[in-house]
Amino acid sequence: MACELWRDKLDAYADGELAVADAAALGAHLRGCASCSADVLERVQLKRSIAAAGKNYAASAQLREKVRRSVAVSPPRERWRWWNLVAAPAALVLVVLLAVTFYSDRGKARQERVYSELADLHVATLASVSPVDVVSTDRHTVKPWFEGKIPFAFNLPELAGTDFTLVGGRVAYLEQSPGAQLIYRIRKHEISVFIFQDRGGDLGRGDSALSFSMESWSRNGLRYFVVGDVGRGDLESLRKLLRDAG
Amino acid sequence: MTVPDQRALAVRFEDLALPLFDQLYNFARWLAQDTSEAEDLVQETYAKALRGFAGFQQGTNFRAWMFRILRNSFLTSRSGLKATVGFEEDEAEAVASTAPTPEAMLIEHANRETVREALTELPVASREILLLCEVEEMSYEEIAQVLSVPIGTVMSRLHRARKALRVLLLAKFKGGPDGV
Repeated sequence: MACELWRDKLDAYADGELAVADAAALGAHLRGCASCSADVLERVQLKRSIAAAGKNYAASAQLREKVRRSVAVSPPRERWRWWNLVAAPAALVLVVLLAVTFYSDRGKARQERVYSELADLHVATLASVSPVDVVSTDRHTVKPWFEGKIPFAFNLPELAGTDFTLVGGRVAYLEQSPGAQLIYRIRKHEISVFIFQDRGGDLGRGDSALSFSMESWSRNGLRYFVVGDVGRGDLESLRKLLRDAG
Repeated sequence: MTVPDQRALAVRFEDLALPLFDQLYNFARWLAQDTSEAEDLVQETYAKALRGFAGFQQGTNFRAWMFRILRNSFLTSRSGLKATVGFEEDEAEAVASTAPTPEAMLIEHANRETVREALTELPVASREILLLCEVEEMSYEEIAQVLSVPIGTVMSRLHRARKALRVLLLAKFKGGPDGV
């Protein structure tokens, strides 16, 4: 009986482990043999039942997180991962200038949090499909756009004869207070300038913990932060322009 | 090894090992039959694998390597030692096939819960090979790597495991207290 030849190979056939030539020969036999066909069908059904029943257990979220952390190369600090993701290819520059609403003086921890929040705002803006709500290179268009949207007025510098261009602006929020975010560009680097009301507090002069340098000063009721991975020269130029305009 | 090399290795391990998490946990839970033991097994597996990754031969089967570490951890655990008494017996049994009885066709109607129960009742040696073959869809070659046995042994164990499962399922169908 031909069946006897195949009997031992039905499992391997159902498991897809038979050599191509053998599988073809057995296939031919199956077409003419109801008994062997039923046998193979039963094996395939058993395989399917086991596969369905065997996918039975899911791990807890805690274990998943524990294991993930145990093999993670760098500790997960979403803020910086996210930042680096955008920062690396864009070689972006960030200049932040702001006046912050201050209710208490919390020193360095608060300072770091504010810097990080602004850095995130900047990155989120650049990653956005529509980074600015008012698109204009003209400061006389951009400045009035903010009227009625934020609780203060500000001056913007004349950029003619400099390497800086104005891209546009949008309303931004820092610590629940509305302010202005302006996007500048210098040699294809995007720069965010944030302006918020200053209610005091020491936000320091800079923060070297970030992968770029940051400067800070206060003037005419505004608190300024300048952050960037450009050279000191560019940083100083924009700072001077803004100071002269303010 | 330089620091950048170690870092590259660690990144590579993370990329290869984390996607296997769900499969490894399911397998560990089936082996241990206990949630907290399964959790310990999975963590132990990742820790051992990370430590030994420098010695892992690139280009060989990483998944089989991870499953083997998990299984070996289980075998040396307390419940593993208990569950696997007599593990290696009958290894020489030939791959003699029994034609399925007409009743075997009832398996077609086996619901998931019945099969799950039967799998739980199987000895570990049978349970693990069925899981590797049907759930993980591993080839005989991969299974042989996980179990550290020759392919012939994979085939005979698989045959025996299926036979044992059929017997359990038929007993359930034939109107025992768990019958359908």
